[in-house]
Amino acid sequence: MARIIVVTSGKGGVGKTTTSAAISMGLAKRGHKTVVIDFDVGLRNLDLIMGCERRVVYDIINVINGEATLNQALIKDKNCNLLSILPASQTRNKDALTQDGVEKILAELSKDFKYIVCDSPAGIETGAHLAMYFADDAFVVTNPEVSSVRDSDRMLGILSSKSRRAERGEEPIKEYLLLSRYSAERVKAGEMLSLEDVQDILSLHLLGVIPESKSVLTASNAGMPVILDEKSEAGQAYADIVARYLGETKPHRFIDDKSGFFRKLFGGK
Amino acid sequence: MTNNVHSLPAVEFKSITFSVPVLSMASNDLVLIEQLLIEKIKLAPEFFRHSPVVIDLGEVNKKQLTLNFNDLASIIHKCGLLTIGIRGGNDIQQSQAIALDIPVNTARASDVRADARKTHLISAPKSDAIAENNSTTMTITKPVRSGQRIYSYGDLIILAQVGAGAEILAEGNIHVYGTLRGRALAGVQGNTDARIFCSNLQAELISIAGNYKISDDIHGVISNTPVQIYLQKNTLVVSSIV
Repeated sequence: MARIIVVTSGKGGVGKTTTSAAISMGLAKRGHKTVVIDFDVGLRNLDLIMGCERRVVYDIINVINGEATLNQALIKDKNCNLLSILPASQTRNKDALTQDGVEKILAELSKDFKYIVCDSPAGIETGAHLAMYFADDAFVVTNPEVSSVRDSDRMLGILSSKSRRAERGEEPIKEYLLLSRYSAERVKAGEMLSLEDVQDILSLHLLGVIPESKSVLTASNAGMPVILDEKSEAGQAYADIVARYLGETKPHRFIDDKSGFFRKLFGGK
Repeated sequence: MTNNVHSLPAVEFKSITFSVPVLSMASNDLVLIEQLLIEKIKLAPEFFRHSPVVIDLGEVNKKQLTLNFNDLASIIHKCGLLTIGIRGGNDIQQSQAIALDIPVNTARASDVRADARKTHLISAPKSDAIAENNSTTMTITKPVRSGQRIYSYGDLIILAQVGAGAEILAEGNIHVYGTLRGRALAGVQGNTDARIFCSNLQAELISIAGNYKISDDIHGVISNTPVQIYLQKNTLVVSSIV
């Protein structure tokens, strides 16, 4: 059986799709057969970040409606052959997703893949609900600012009460915190919530802190998941996150301000 | 799982709390009851027209007065009220009610609990009241997240934080052994003796038996220290527990 991971946040623009792309690539690079699904029907983005937008023929809605088979819709990643992408439809809206359809797709993918990463749309409506409903693990992506933290808190409440595991009374979804766009400098200057502030409100298991990094935008525009940029801090942060998720112990990085001598000397990214 | 999440099923049971008048009586004199009812209704005829009502026979039965429910039901019907349930009835009265298609023990508060509250009010041995309350105490060990709503029919104990935008309600006391950022409403059925205890008060709103304070009125008074909140002459008092 595959492990189903939902990447969620409630709020938009915090880095869900960047994270989905990075961790699915990270898992595949480590030898696990992985598929990443874009649940953002109508606002398809994952294909751009993964650099496969020109190879989209069929999408998840075609599969749900029986217009294409799953194999026809799945796109093999060009960087890693263990990674596949199931794109969203751009011409439809979230109501085209059905619970039955999603369940069937996940059941079929479970036979072939070890990890299924579900990239949730923002909000708490149909798309986000279906992305998290069947999940085993939840990566809650949060930015260090109050509205993002509040929305994550709301999403955590939904994860613990509205998921299939909650409805069946099974072991609850494992929830992990990914604090993204973190700037230790701005925290120090008092302009940004610190990791402690966020943990004070959310008290979650921290999987990693992803520093604010120019390389994320560059990678997105180039259609390369940022984890492939091994020199960038964001790429390293995602590599750490994947390692920790797979059970390795790695010290947390990028939390403290290092804008000192060495950073100036070597030029931080 | 045959339904889409967004399309509503044709039939659905939902649990909704209504506020319904409860008619209780301390006498089995049907003539007197009818007379008093008519007088009451005259005060607000529009309000009482076809008003649903739950009949509480607890007091009558406690005094061991006999009362034929059929007769009482016809008087209430004559007065234009619609009986939707009885509580505190004895076996005969309950079977009479069932025969008239009227549910028994409609109101959630059972006789035992009602009694417990009364003994508490006349300050009978406190241990009894506490023991009764314990049977309905709800304990939550996980954080209450934004948007979640928790209701306890007795006391409510939360061993984690309550997030901003969350709402916790209890008919009895509320204890929060974490930071309270959401809304906390104790004594929601009117128990003015209910209190709220919390180890760090940053609430959006606190209320006891309908008397409330919003965060602007609370903050600056006390923060980062264990506090209790109680009612004193219809005013909420926030004081630190030292």
